[in-house]
Amino acid sequence: MANSGFASYTDGCDKNFVQNFSGFDYVVAPSGSCVLHVKEHLHDEKIPQAAKHIREHIYELTGFLTDVLKLDSITANFPFRVGMHTSCHGQRMLHLSSMSEKVEPAFSKAEQLLSGVKGLQLVKPKRVDECCGFGGTFCVTEEAVSVRMGENRVEEHEDNDVDYITGGDTSCLMHLEGILKRKGSRVKVIHLAEILNAQ
Amino acid sequence: MNTVIKDHSNAAAEFLQDKERARWHDETLWFVRAKRDKAAHNLDEWEALRNAASQIKEHTLSMLDDYLLEFEAKAKANGVHVHWADTAEEHNQIVYDILQKHKAKNIVKSKSMLTEECGMNHYLIDTGINVVDTDLGEYIVQLRQEIPSHIVLPAIHLKKEDVSNTFHQHIGTEKGNKDEVYLTRSARGVLRQKFLTADAAITGVNFAIAETGGFVVCTNEGNADLGVHAAKVHIACMGFEKIIPKAEHLGVFLRLLARSATGQPITTYSSHFHQPAKGQEMHIVVVNNGRTKQLGREEFRASLKCIRCAACFNTCPVYRRSGGHSYHNAVAGPIGSILAPNFDMKKNADLPFASTLCGSCSNVCPVKINIHEQLWLWRQKLMQDGYVSFAKKSSMKLMAGVLGNPSLYRVGGKLAREAMRLMPWSVNNKLNPWYKQRDLPAPPKQSFREWYIQNKKT
Repeated sequence: MANSGFASYTDGCDKNFVQNFSGFDYVVAPSGSCVLHVKEHLHDEKIPQAAKHIREHIYELTGFLTDVLKLDSITANFPFRVGMHTSCHGQRMLHLSSMSEKVEPAFSKAEQLLSGVKGLQLVKPKRVDECCGFGGTFCVTEEAVSVRMGENRVEEHEDNDVDYITGGDTSCLMHLEGILKRKGSRVKVIHLAEILNAQ
Repeated sequence: MNTVIKDHSNAAAEFLQDKERARWHDETLWFVRAKRDKAAHNLDEWEALRNAASQIKEHTLSMLDDYLLEFEAKAKANGVHVHWADTAEEHNQIVYDILQKHKAKNIVKSKSMLTEECGMNHYLIDTGINVVDTDLGEYIVQLRQEIPSHIVLPAIHLKKEDVSNTFHQHIGTEKGNKDEVYLTRSARGVLRQKFLTADAAITGVNFAIAETGGFVVCTNEGNADLGVHAAKVHIACMGFEKIIPKAEHLGVFLRLLARSATGQPITTYSSHFHQPAKGQEMHIVVVNNGRTKQLGREEFRASLKCIRCAACFNTCPVYRRSGGHSYHNAVAGPIGSILAPNFDMKKNADLPFASTLCGSCSNVCPVKINIHEQLWLWRQKLMQDGYVSFAKKSSMKLMAGVLGNPSLYRVGGKLAREAMRLMPWSVNNKLNPWYKQRDLPAPPKQSFREWYIQNKKT
């Protein structure tokens, strides 16, 4: 709602969220985009401290695993060629990885985790961090551009002959999956959490 | 000239219909973005330069009136005429009056997005004055009676065969000859004559220096210099945000500008103007045209830091796939989308939505404008001021109601899952823009909440 211009409509939703997630040390979500929104905009006028605590303790899954749990060994096994889709909000706003536009040392929390998965062969697309075109309501209000962007992403992964495309944001993956299925591609999508949990 | 304005989404859909051309457009601009990356990565101090540029611009905006007056005083002392224009109309009138005074009929112009913004060409041409754009790309779009689709690469929406056809039609080149050297030489032949016979030259301004009263014009073709040196009168037009305090600041901006724009270390010509040559006259028109309003909008003020490098165009995945004309504004792309609503919220209400908010624009911006954040803020402002459709407002209200009410959310979710399972046609139809070119995910049997309650370890 907020990204569509309706941040002023979110009071009820925020209140509900604060109620559901108060009293926890950390909140973890498998989506950088959702985490970013909560981090930047969650508010509750009646219990501002509770909202503040959540804003400061909400983590995207990969960031939580590397920075809070400081996981140093992964027991997962996933013997496939996997293409990495870097989601924009997690990357450019939550800094889960370095950005191709900036002159900065290279790093990626997702890749750090995936490098420990047995059998997994990670392949990056040519344009390493171009947006997939989901963009919330953008995916329907700008349907033509949204689909073209998604098609271009998918093509690069197909050129790399991957079995799966993975990423940290469910919404990007849903969009890419919609395109893959429509064209009858053999490439599947899988959330990063599913790979880290695979045996 | 196209007079009916389509909203960005429809214009973009039309642009994408020619798949091969759209792919070429995307790849060509991506190539420019990649060149920019390479140039940036060659400088260890790149991020420090961006910080410096950003801070100089922020400082300047905070003392704009002082610097503008200092610039005026210094320029006047150098023998330059300085004019102030509050609106686009005033700007055009001032230019017209100067030309009238000199009975100037033939004008050569080098690239100036400000004169595009003011609609100056049409204004002058309507009064019988001949204005020729001398930047090759701008010359091409002028012949086609189009506006530039890109502020640095004005004809990037066109391919060689388009240029060949346009030149054949207007300057008599061989039909079907699309050799770029032949086409460029032909244009040069025509343009050289225009330079030699021009009564006055109009240029833009990239940087105006308060300390010296001088200004700098950057081109790759040298056309600004050719025009200015050959004609009796030079009129330089600038938006008032082009000012920088000191000459020593130029180094920061010149290093950033060309690298960000095209990946070159510096533009081929960075021409410094300080005073008219003997027997010539030099004018500077300083234009407001809504800029004070933007300066007064605290959350959008930083958009005035822009140095018009177009790096945000080249990196924008939406711009690359929709073409500059879909933005129906003199300045297109992400920066255009945050500048245009300041001029006219109603006409440009679609532009802040022509973005996925991916944030790449803010990352490439050499003066660190928070472009994607301003896009987000414009969306809020447009909604609050009543510039979004009733349908969108109603659906958002409904969504807010459901997301604020847990039991309604649960029932709604269950109903939607069942509906998708039992009546897939209810969502898989042409009325659903998602389904047009994408499949929907299979509906899960249960919600996460249901699964969690079942599997929770007690």
